[in-house]
Amino acid sequence: MAKVQVELKVKRYNPETDKKPHWQEFTVEVEDTDRVLDALHVAKWTQDGTLTFRRSCAHGVCGSDAMVLNGANRLACLEIIKDVGTKITLEPIRGLPVIKDLVVDMEPFFAQYRSVLPYLINTSDPGYTERYQSAEDRARFDDTTKCILCAACTTSCPIYWGNSQYVGPAAIVNAHRFIFDSRDQAAEQRLDILNQRSGVWKCRTAFNCSEACPRGIKVTQAIEEVKRAILYDRV
Amino acid sequence: MNVHHHSYDAVIVGAGGAGLRAAIETAGKCRTAVITKLYPTRSHTGAAQGGMCAALANVEEDSWEWHLFDTIKGGDYLVDQPAAEIMCREAIDAVIELEHFGLPFNRTPEGKIDQRRFGGHTRNHGEAPVMRACYSADRTGHMILQTLFQQCVARDVNFFNEYQVLDIAFEDGRVAGVIAYDQATGDLHVFNTKAVLFATGGFGKMFQVSSNAHTLTGDGPGLLYRRGIPMQDMEFFQFHPTGIYKLGILLSEAARGEGGILRNDSNERFMERYAPTVKDLAPRDMVARAIQTEILEGRGIGENKDAVYLDLTHLPPEQIDAKLPDITEFVRTYLGIEPKTAPIPIQPTAHYAMGGIPTNIDGECISDDQGTVIPGLYAAGECACVSVHGANRLGTNSLLDIVVFGKRGGRAMADFVQSTDLPALSKGVEGDVKARIDLLKANSGKEKAGALRIALQEEMTKKAFVFRTDESLASALRTVRDLQTAYESVGIDDKGNVFNYDLTEALELSYLFDLAEATIVSAQARTESRGAHFRNDHPTRDDANWMKHTLARRGADGSVSLSYKPVVGGAYEPMERKY
Repeated sequence: MAKVQVELKVKRYNPETDKKPHWQEFTVEVEDTDRVLDALHVAKWTQDGTLTFRRSCAHGVCGSDAMVLNGANRLACLEIIKDVGTKITLEPIRGLPVIKDLVVDMEPFFAQYRSVLPYLINTSDPGYTERYQSAEDRARFDDTTKCILCAACTTSCPIYWGNSQYVGPAAIVNAHRFIFDSRDQAAEQRLDILNQRSGVWKCRTAFNCSEACPRGIKVTQAIEEVKRAILYDRV
Repeated sequence: MNVHHHSYDAVIVGAGGAGLRAAIETAGKCRTAVITKLYPTRSHTGAAQGGMCAALANVEEDSWEWHLFDTIKGGDYLVDQPAAEIMCREAIDAVIELEHFGLPFNRTPEGKIDQRRFGGHTRNHGEAPVMRACYSADRTGHMILQTLFQQCVARDVNFFNEYQVLDIAFEDGRVAGVIAYDQATGDLHVFNTKAVLFATGGFGKMFQVSSNAHTLTGDGPGLLYRRGIPMQDMEFFQFHPTGIYKLGILLSEAARGEGGILRNDSNERFMERYAPTVKDLAPRDMVARAIQTEILEGRGIGENKDAVYLDLTHLPPEQIDAKLPDITEFVRTYLGIEPKTAPIPIQPTAHYAMGGIPTNIDGECISDDQGTVIPGLYAAGECACVSVHGANRLGTNSLLDIVVFGKRGGRAMADFVQSTDLPALSKGVEGDVKARIDLLKANSGKEKAGALRIALQEEMTKKAFVFRTDESLASALRTVRDLQTAYESVGIDDKGNVFNYDLTEALELSYLFDLAEATIVSAQARTESRGAHFRNDHPTRDDANWMKHTLARRGADGSVSLSYKPVVGGAYEPMERKY
């Protein structure tokens, strides 16, 4: 652990005063074991209170602080200074409207999430006990249950940048989570939704999404599994 | 400042586990607005790890009555026993219901919900640890939060995302509305409503070393406290034994449930000395004190000898990957340590408020020591105090609390609004909020909220943590009052309307100060040691004088006064707490 000077270069935009975004640099002193989020806090709390970003849990489970960090989509609370270096460039995630500094409008993202029926659908009466599920069936969709809806995947997708109608990787991940859950009965409905023009066929397997996911979800693989389920009519 | 007006049958404030479960209950029954300062899936329920206890007996013999006994003993007999009985009985239904909602629990070989051991949960009244915690790897809270949110999406629940409630309005002694600040625009929204359920979570950000999110600032309890609602049992704040060294990030008790061991500088399994029967799976208050004692007596590890080790190195690597994937990844990320081959430096971390807004078993808020209900006011989850956790919450019982009492509170509120009219709301109820915002924006004061918050957190961690004395608490109280005075000259840099977190952080800090003051005053008065509240100058439990709940009330002049109400007993008489 050692004190280091970090240069934060932040892309800033204030809709109440700015016509267009501009860059601002902050030099802050932090421990090299601190998170990038800690460095942002030092800048906000000691230098410029107008610096604006979302955050909550600060350890990678709430998904609030996705941003473009040195060119790649990351959660600021999961990146350690000594790993990323002392020159750090921060921009808002791409493909969603910027509201202020690093804060973007998440509503289009959540609307796409809602469009894939992201909840268990099973109309049979389970009775008093739990529905049984084998460990193998449970493992089938384990990877996609990890999603925290941070939007790092969707906003790393070059197709999504060019076409905001595309439902995007995160919505497909959340559809996958139910399509491959043995307890669910609405796989067909979800596959129909994802077979539309705005669905999985927009994906060009750039793998940006898998690389961006802070939870290590194999996003591209999940998308491919959904594509195969549509093509071969099986889950 | 623009002001908008809405009217709803019911309002839920907060969208973690308790708020979402309540929203599921009111959906389709009454027009409900869920107002949340964070997108629901950002709530800190998602950070809960280890599990949710219910005596399903899927893996070994168990009964809800044993669960009840453990909860009462774990809470050091400050638990209201009828309330805890409801929680432990309804736990079974609550877990089954979550499974039906789609929650992906880990499974037994037969396909049932799997269960594992957890601190303080025992077979047959303390004989040995029992497998009672239903879980989903070490991300059970994440799964609960996601599942409840999914069910809210299915029911088209009406969310006001990133709206922060800053005040409540009463008319003739009943709830009439809340005043919310829209972070995206800076506009105020007045919600005229018959009933409000607060589910705003904890306030662990009054401490420096804390497992809590930055946003856990006690807004719900804080604003109610200012409006004269008492806060119950504030001196009981849980310090979780195993936070990542310095950062305080939670490492679940499930690590010890899976076989992890605490060790000191000589590699000794020191919990054998403190809890010979259940060892590392003793309740959190006892383990946290054991760790602090090891540190204070010079047996800590590391450069400053201010930590101990959590050792997982003897566990099979595949068990770690399958059962504890997230917490071991935190250790790799933040400490650069591989937990499969090296022990993890940990220290106690501020974790959970047992105290909060006093409620009965239907989530109705209580205004005094007589059980008087405030019409239309409800609370559930960590911000509430039923009291099912007493002086020390058992691990997993918080996830249980939020689903059981979130549901009960939501149901009671939905019933209540059927039988009452929308109260008239006086003009200008938003005036106080508006004045606070205008003042902060106009103030050119030299004090910065960030610096004052750090000062508060350091002081609370130094003087109102695992071990307390009259002297340490008196000193902390002086500091907090000085900080409150300094707060009057806080100036903010951001004078704008759009996403002004500079402003909302300053507003949140004022709640933290008030709740810290209530915590200290309550702790100073309680001259005994019980559960998480330990006084070096009064090191034993004093049942003759202290089988009672504290109610801290804030006067109009800002002074704090205390009153007490008896613990509601039941089948279990207080006995010595040995594990």
